[in-house]
Amino acid sequence: MLEVDALDVAYGELRALSGVSVRVDGGEVVALVGSNGAGKTTLLRAVAGLVRPRAGRVRWDGAELAGVPPHRVVERGIAMVPEGRRLFGRMTVEENLRLGAFTRRALAERESSLESVFATFPRLRERRRQLAGSLSGGEQQMVAIGRALMSRPRLLMLDEPSLGLAPRIVEAIFGVFTEINRRGVAVFLVEQNVRAALVLAHRAYLIEHGRIVGEGSGTTLLADPQVRQAYLGPLAVAR
Amino acid sequence: MRILQQLVLGLLLGGLYGLAAAGLSLIFGVLKVLNVAHGELIMLGGYAAFWLSAIVGLDPFVALAGVIPLTAVLGLVLYGGLFGFVVRFDEETRIKNSLLVGFGLSLTLHALAVKLWTADERSIPTGYAGQTIGVGGLVLPLGRLASLAVALALIGLTHLFLARARWGQAIRATAEDWEAALLQGIDVRRAYLLAFALGTALAGAAGCLVAVGYSISPAIGLEWTFKALIVVVLAGLGSLFGTFVGGLVLGVAEAASALTFGGPYREVVGLLIFFCVLIARPQGLFGRP
Repeated sequence: MLEVDALDVAYGELRALSGVSVRVDGGEVVALVGSNGAGKTTLLRAVAGLVRPRAGRVRWDGAELAGVPPHRVVERGIAMVPEGRRLFGRMTVEENLRLGAFTRRALAERESSLESVFATFPRLRERRRQLAGSLSGGEQQMVAIGRALMSRPRLLMLDEPSLGLAPRIVEAIFGVFTEINRRGVAVFLVEQNVRAALVLAHRAYLIEHGRIVGEGSGTTLLADPQVRQAYLGPLAVAR
Repeated sequence: MRILQQLVLGLLLGGLYGLAAAGLSLIFGVLKVLNVAHGELIMLGGYAAFWLSAIVGLDPFVALAGVIPLTAVLGLVLYGGLFGFVVRFDEETRIKNSLLVGFGLSLTLHALAVKLWTADERSIPTGYAGQTIGVGGLVLPLGRLASLAVALALIGLTHLFLARARWGQAIRATAEDWEAALLQGIDVRRAYLLAFALGTALAGAAGCLVAVGYSISPAIGLEWTFKALIVVVLAGLGSLFGTFVGGLVLGVAEAASALTFGGPYREVVGLLIFFCVLIARPQGLFGRP
């Protein structure tokens, strides 16, 4: 479904991605893990159309995606929850969610999408009239995910959704990803919370300094001694 | 009573300050572009109303219905030809570049207006020009009173559009976080274009009302840009009604200062407000920090 092939992205002289190839098939949960500054966010931004790659291809259902403006990428069925959530804080929860269904395709199904989001996050129904900026971090993340789902995506990309949230809330939100995935939406997850991401993902990629350095099923990578050493800490190795 | 009379006249003028500032505030808030030629757009709106009235014989309040779309189209052209290039930069560069573009545009439009229509002052003659309403000893000029009502109505309509309409919400979303807006599928360039045209149309409408109750000449642009800037600083960004109230405050403050210190000091109070607000409350009276 999504095929990224030999992608190079640079910010001026600084190379962010070199020859990155990843694939997300329909119905999959794929994780991209790696340390800070490894290029994870850049890869998502390149798929979303927010940065222009220097070389390589991004294909979506076989069609070239590089050069398609971001607002058209959403129309084609790829939604992104950016790092830090980026809600419209001076608008209500409901206004934020409705804006998620801005494209013509999503607009037709807006009311049923809204019901479905409220069914997934009952808390948001209670808070629908509140300003998004006044919510707690966990609730804001729910709005961000709900807003992305309002566009009726076939691929949901999430950039560090666990950042700054309490473990209990991270667990609940990752549970929602499983539920979303069960409804047939592919999930591409970028995480520094490596353990949670690998437990959830069918497949995962390891990225370091802008290059893919490992790939495998979530459980394989979880068991890999090098991965445990590098990302899960020495305690994890000892255990 | 003479004092109250002057303050009320200040309030009536303040409504136009509010309308003039609303357009500037909208453009600045959404595009992060400061159009210092905003006053010249008001001037052009005034001339558009003047000629519609002089040639076609329209009442200026009817001419308003023609001036608004005309200046909106002018906004589309100016965005397409000038300001559309400025918004490609990051926010800090946008402001600097928009100042350069705006000053250039301001000089050009001023010179063009002198060439086309001479430097004479004009105002639109109407059948009700001298008519007034007396309210408890106050004398209210009919045209200016109607202008205040129209200004308030236009602010209300713009507010409704931004609050309810699909593209109105898109404009608000873009103002808050353009990248997040892009990720919702909003064509941000189009939101910029719409906001610019809307802001220009508000300037045009303000110009039309200025030509009814006061007078226009090619030179009024800078002064109106100035008033609008003071009001935007005074009121802060983000609330159209706040901007309108800011305009009323400036109008009354000017009248009060003219009464207290004499006519020449009328303009000084605006500057004083400008500095005091910047020092004490930089986000403005109704703005968000």
